[in-house]
Amino acid sequence: MNTNLFFNFQVDKSSKKVFITRDFNAPLDLVWDAFTKAELLDEWTAPAPYKAKTKYMDFSVGGKRFYAMISPDGSESWALQKYTSISPKTHFQFFNTFTDKDENPAPTGSEWDHTFSHKDGITRVHITIYNESLERMEGLLDGFKEGYTASIENLENLLSSQMSQ
Amino acid sequence: MRRDIFQAIADPTRRSIIALIAINAMTPNALASNFNTTRQAISKHLQILVECDLVHSHQKGREIYYSLQVEKMKELDVWLEQYRNIWIKKFDKLDKLLDDLKE
Repeated sequence: MNTNLFFNFQVDKSSKKVFITRDFNAPLDLVWDAFTKAELLDEWTAPAPYKAKTKYMDFSVGGKRFYAMISPDGSESWALQKYTSISPKTHFQFFNTFTDKDENPAPTGSEWDHTFSHKDGITRVHITIYNESLERMEGLLDGFKEGYTASIENLENLLSSQMSQ
Repeated sequence: MRRDIFQAIADPTRRSIIALIAINAMTPNALASNFNTTRQAISKHLQILVECDLVHSHQKGREIYYSLQVEKMKELDVWLEQYRNIWIKKFDKLDKLLDDLKE
């Protein structure tokens, strides 16, 4: 971690919101691209040792990104992001839902709001994530327990059982 | 590098050390007798816990005693630390990507 760059991370369980602020030592154009282009998103949005793979992406209001997080043992966790608002190089929002590989969504999702600003060569990004349920928020880490693939299977079972109801 | 609390408590030996010194302050030798490992290895684990402020040391005669910072443990929300850690890892990758793109 570059400790010179501002980073703030807060969770408010009562409002089911996550607030993230991070500075990047790069021009606004590059940072915007890294958040809005599939080939760049795939490079960084999965925390190591996971990998991200975008199946398709249409960055426009009403457009979608469908992608998977792939664990070291090859398990895929799919999610769908639907873009709801875009102001180029300033702001964008999407609605995120976990899905199966056929895009069937889980019952609840999260709203992501991104704001970009630029000063003296540093680009600041504010991210606010609102989760529709606390259970969803607290379950977010289930897919990320290193070496704990059972939890991914549990999540898939849970999702498929909820979708069949 | 700043120590990551989540990594500190992810290790089973360190969790056992925390459980032992939660009851009484202990010396590295006394702690080591509870594990099938060397005193040096225990000292290294203790050092990591000290760097995270989870454990404090104090000298008593010729021995150094280690005790648990109970207040710090109460503050520690494992879920929150894990979630925060995921974002730190993602942004580490993004920093490197942006450096590559700048070239």
